[in-house]
Amino acid sequence: MMTNQPGISRRALLGIGLGAAAAPALAACGGQSTSGGGGEGSVTFLSTQFTPVEERQRFEKILADKVSSVKVAYNPVEAGVFASTIQSQVEAGKVQIGVVGGLHGDLAPQADRLQDVDDLVGGRQFVPDLLELGKLGGSAQKYIPWMQASYVLAVHKKALQWLPSGADVQKLTYDQLLDWMTAAKAGNGGKPVFGLPAGPKGLYHRFLQGFLLPSFTGGMVTTFRNADAVTAWEYLTQLWAQSVPASTNYDYMQEPLQRGEVLVAWDHVARLIAAPGDKPDDWVMAPAPRGPKGLGYLLVAAGVGIPRGAPDTDRAKELIKALTTTEVQQEVLRKNAFFPVVTADPPGDLPPAVALEAAAVQAQQNADDAILSLPPVGLGAKDGEMSQVFKDCFQQICLNRRPIRQVLDTQARRMNAILDEVKVACWKPDPPGEPCQVQ
Amino acid sequence: MTELADQPVLRERPDRPAPRRPARRVPTPVLLIAPSLIFMTALFVWPTVVAVGQAFTGDDGPTAAYVRRMVDDPSFWPAVRYTALLIVVLIPIQFAFALTMALLLRERPRFAGVYFYLWVVPLAISDLAAGLVWLSIFTDRGYLNSVLDHLGVAGYSWLQFDHPVTMFLAVMVAELWRATSLVLVIVVAGLQGIPKDYDEAAAVFGATYWQRLRHVLLPQLRPSLQVAVILRTILALQTFAVAQALTGRNLPLLVGETYRWYNALLNPNVAAALALVVLGVSLLAAAGYLRLLREHPEARG
Repeated sequence: MMTNQPGISRRALLGIGLGAAAAPALAACGGQSTSGGGGEGSVTFLSTQFTPVEERQRFEKILADKVSSVKVAYNPVEAGVFASTIQSQVEAGKVQIGVVGGLHGDLAPQADRLQDVDDLVGGRQFVPDLLELGKLGGSAQKYIPWMQASYVLAVHKKALQWLPSGADVQKLTYDQLLDWMTAAKAGNGGKPVFGLPAGPKGLYHRFLQGFLLPSFTGGMVTTFRNADAVTAWEYLTQLWAQSVPASTNYDYMQEPLQRGEVLVAWDHVARLIAAPGDKPDDWVMAPAPRGPKGLGYLLVAAGVGIPRGAPDTDRAKELIKALTTTEVQQEVLRKNAFFPVVTADPPGDLPPAVALEAAAVQAQQNADDAILSLPPVGLGAKDGEMSQVFKDCFQQICLNRRPIRQVLDTQARRMNAILDEVKVACWKPDPPGEPCQVQ
Repeated sequence: MTELADQPVLRERPDRPAPRRPARRVPTPVLLIAPSLIFMTALFVWPTVVAVGQAFTGDDGPTAAYVRRMVDDPSFWPAVRYTALLIVVLIPIQFAFALTMALLLRERPRFAGVYFYLWVVPLAISDLAAGLVWLSIFTDRGYLNSVLDHLGVAGYSWLQFDHPVTMFLAVMVAELWRATSLVLVIVVAGLQGIPKDYDEAAAVFGATYWQRLRHVLLPQLRPSLQVAVILRTILALQTFAVAQALTGRNLPLLVGETYRWYNALLNPNVAAALALVVLGVSLLAAAGYLRLLREHPEARG
């Protein structure tokens, strides 16, 4: 079936075909495009925050409206893509990203790939704890605080009918929470109403690291396997028995709360914000409960930095300055429910759901017995594995019903192996001491 | 082909003028396989070499630490178990379905073409999309529970963490729906290549349908089945998105664990070790099938 047409030979055709097939493949070696479509002369802002499309659009509008001096191409990506993009661009010496923004845990592994930004600290009053965090354990400022957030309880008022007498939803203890959820399950026809974000992308490890364990033991790492920790886990197995079993599929608690599958839930403020929807009067936001040692709470810190070798550093710095003005900070709170990192009076015109959360966050921070915790500091790329230790404890103790003491001992060895590799000083709430180890 | 044909001609007529092109040019067969050779090297051989390096070398020389880490992870053995179970249960059912469907099509019913297209639709749907479709069916307030509710039966939490059996069944049904069409296409193609004569001859000699199926059709289908079973086993080892969509991390599978180590735990070394486990099992399975389904010369008599 050969047609010998003159003109183009088979060999030439083969060559063309080979070239045509190889060209896109080779072109793809250039890496993922990281420009958010801002066009020529804009600063590319790579970030792990505001990935949901509505949040992204609201943030882009803030950038367009309030940051007029710099044109910004905002490009939110997943944490894994964030890490690999920075790594590959900086190591190849071909950096297209102007500014990187992420959670403390996203930026900490990149410490060596970030420029010092000490010259951006002045001019505004940052929250001191957050500024310290931005040094990533060194002496120079590696990133500038961008936003902060925490975790609170969202409560549908329907659940308040089962609140035990004498308990104040704004000042709960963990024991009261358990009694309450036990009564609520019984009152709701045997269907539990409490939920935890224990899905694959849920943040339940933060509940363990920053809330439950510090409240019961006063620490996160050093006290990981002591007698108080065993009590904390015993408590959690009891609370889990009163929780919605589908919790292992919940990533963002606002979704089951909106659907009415869950009436009381603990989660990140940005993941609860949509729960009240257009009926904020039906909802209460409350600080996390307190345990024998106090009210443990975790502070989420996000920062912005500049990768080494970034193009047009001046404009990147201008963008960072603009992001940390009171005006932009408050607009981000209004629109996306992330809290300011500069000290200023809260604006009076907050949307109802944000106002609810702001009050709860403030009450939590200002509680007399508050125990501030930070997400693990200085673990770099090991951060995920550290979180996994807590997740595995939950999996084995609460879901698989293994003996608590045995699980904690095994996981403590794993945690120490991770800490041995990174050799860091302990972070809050553990007493500073080097190297940090499970006692 | 042209080269081979040219050679004798050249030898017979040495007085013929030298060919236009130089003799030491790259032979056409090499050129023809060059694209796939380049792609295989760039996209398969090289990454494999890198992965082996990543899995077995640490900061100070060769190490088994990553492999130990992988094995010590509490999800590793469950992932191995579920992956193996999925393959062992899923593949025979898939082949039974695909064979039945192909044989039904062979009877040329009315609208055979329509059935065929309907049956291969899942082939065009991505894993994750298929997983999400089935999630909307099996989830607590999904279609299945709604239907049960209409029938007056209480719903059931199919995908709950402490219901491993229904969780596994849900993943299996979704995979069955999604991936059987691939086997079907291969088997249908194989059936079309079998001449009707053998079957008709057997019928003339009074063989029953089952006898013809067992002794005439299936032996001739062997090459197709071999391809299909190898492909399906390797693809089943890679199952991941469907389980992820349906059960999150409650039903760990090997490739899902690889993804987690690489993406969530940012540990490419352990991820590489896991990927090598998948590669090793795939190779073993393929070699095993080839041996098992090898035609025995004496049987052909």
